[in-house]
Amino acid sequence: MALRGLGRRISIGKRCFSSASEVEKRPRDGKQINLFSAINQALHIALETDSRAYVFGEDVGFGGVFRCTTGLADRFGRNRVFNTPLCEQGIAGFAIGLAAMGNRAIAEIQFADYIYPAFDQIVNEAAKFRYRSGNQFNCGGLTIRSPYGAVGHGGHYHSQSPEAFFCHVPGLKWLYRLAVEEVPERDYMLPLSQAEVIRQGSDITLVGWGAQLSVLERACDEAAKDGISCELIDLRTLIPWDKETVEASVRKTGRLLVSHEAPVTGGFGAEISASIAERCFLRLEAPVARICGLDTPFPLVYEPFYMPTKNKVLDAIKATVNY
Amino acid sequence: MAVSRLAPSASTLSKLLLHPVSAPPFSRPFSGTAAGDDQTVLTIETSVPFTGHKIDPPSRSVEATPKELLSFFQDMAVMRRMEIAADSLYKSKLIRGFCHLYDGQEAVAVGMEAAITQRDSIITAYRDHCTFLGRGGNLVEAFSELMGRRTGCSKGKGGSMHFYKKEAGFYGGHGIVGAQVPLGCGLAFAQKYFKDETVTFALYGDGAANQGQLFEALNISALWDLPVILVCENNHYGMGTAEWRAAKSAAYYKRGDYVPGLKVDGMDVLAVKQACKFAREHALKNGPIILEMDTYRYHGHSMSDPGSTYRTRDEITGIRQERDPIERVRKLILTHEIASASELKDIEKEIRKKVDEAIAQFKESPMPDPSELFADVYVKGYGVEMQACPGLKLSKSIK
Repeated sequence: MALRGLGRRISIGKRCFSSASEVEKRPRDGKQINLFSAINQALHIALETDSRAYVFGEDVGFGGVFRCTTGLADRFGRNRVFNTPLCEQGIAGFAIGLAAMGNRAIAEIQFADYIYPAFDQIVNEAAKFRYRSGNQFNCGGLTIRSPYGAVGHGGHYHSQSPEAFFCHVPGLKWLYRLAVEEVPERDYMLPLSQAEVIRQGSDITLVGWGAQLSVLERACDEAAKDGISCELIDLRTLIPWDKETVEASVRKTGRLLVSHEAPVTGGFGAEISASIAERCFLRLEAPVARICGLDTPFPLVYEPFYMPTKNKVLDAIKATVNY
Repeated sequence: MAVSRLAPSASTLSKLLLHPVSAPPFSRPFSGTAAGDDQTVLTIETSVPFTGHKIDPPSRSVEATPKELLSFFQDMAVMRRMEIAADSLYKSKLIRGFCHLYDGQEAVAVGMEAAITQRDSIITAYRDHCTFLGRGGNLVEAFSELMGRRTGCSKGKGGSMHFYKKEAGFYGGHGIVGAQVPLGCGLAFAQKYFKDETVTFALYGDGAANQGQLFEALNISALWDLPVILVCENNHYGMGTAEWRAAKSAAYYKRGDYVPGLKVDGMDVLAVKQACKFAREHALKNGPIILEMDTYRYHGHSMSDPGSTYRTRDEITGIRQERDPIERVRKLILTHEIASASELKDIEKEIRKKVDEAIAQFKESPMPDPSELFADVYVKGYGVEMQACPGLKLSKSIK
């Protein structure tokens, strides 16, 4: 779908939601918009409500390559919404410094594939700042936004899902959102580390995040035709992830399937699989299935073979249920 | 003094236009008096003098033979034609993925080749189609790779951004901006070890010039006197960002600080040739040098970019009229009566025809075999997770 390519989101942030109890349950009064519009609206609200919020990155001034930052520079000025030179490591370091001074720094990495030069800054500087300074300093106001995932023709460097590298780092938070969702048009807060059960079911639990959920949804629909009732969970935050919700679901269904675009070996599905096996070993009726990308560099013409498609998921659902 | 390493242009051209169906080799029907005379050497001034940073620039008087000028014309015309053809192939969705076109910048690829041999190495970023042709790649391999077919130079697995040609010393074709520069310095390091008097040209753009890793590589290269030439192809826009918005100093030839640099008119193929020759000699004796090629791309950054939201159409047409590299060489050829205008037009028509024929054939080429998906992740047989789910086979043809 065309929307798959637009505005998939990874947020890395040490944003502090101070009291979870003040936070609303998922609001139901929204209208359906796609992710880049939602991000755009959220950025407008963020810059409106916090005079020390800044948005920057490569080409954000004109609206960005996925239009997430449209209108921001015109509305808030080039002192708050500005382009950086082409240097991811510099962008990340700069953003950390800005956040360490108490600002809300919202940096954009143009494609998740480009995040690796910034890896050291994120892992060694941002993630450990609060810990190593004994809470004297923190960069809790830092958010790094980046589109990830396959677009159909992205090839090696416009398609990657790098979450596994970062989920291994205590001190970071890693978030996803659906490509199309119903959201309110006003300011609201969602709790971090709370997964959402999108669909109730009884035979098998499916866990995914981001754009892969639309694939899983279609697989659920097909499986329903064969009488298999699937429970679908949107993990939403990868670290720290909502183990309780997934565990509760697997205790109900006895089966788990995890699906992500990143290669299967060492992917985040492995973490989920191991944790649930620890927690639900005696309850599991079948091994945890992982339908993921293949262990190759993200290919160009072979993308349809590489991807964890609906049919692969469907086959695994049937195999797991019939184990 | 003729450039002795330059292959005769007719065979270079037919190599470029190689295709399986037998056809008479392309021949040049022109009849200019100076054309067949190998001994004639013309002395031509470059458009502007070179500007040096911490180095005395070479003379702006360049020697060239008529044959050489004609070969420049032909080589650049093939490159131009290929890029225009790639544009329409992309729009008809025969080329997918990302496609970054080089038209306008041909003089850099052609001039560089004229100054070096295939034992020297070239490494560049993703705007690599013409660099590949310059290194001796042919249209067969180029279009096949663009269309993801198995006859492509990277077996269809790389696509537009990842052309390679090992036997010609072309180390490709890189997607991550600036990452190829430290690689290039590593190539030069190896060349220094081998002591074979060869150099590496590491190309990058004005956007990549602000990457930290470039300066790290430069420092090491200067410290160890590596025979590397860093070539900044400054087309003045990093995607949509003008150079003055991205760089405190857009004098990229000076950014090496302690490393000498030269600013070159990148639209003048003779200037490029002179600069590269000069740089090569310098690098072999003294270590790294930076060349800034002042050039321009007519297309946008890639096929997704119209190229007109951050620059005016007047600017683009202005450069086309005043500085187009092919037109410059055409004027030189006509002024020195090496060929007539209609003869040059005939050459261009012939090139166009050959390119169109090549494309027609490669539309029929097969896609790579599915088993190639897992090939070359590691050395053959080392083992790769072949299945997305234990117990689940993807297809019969994949073992």
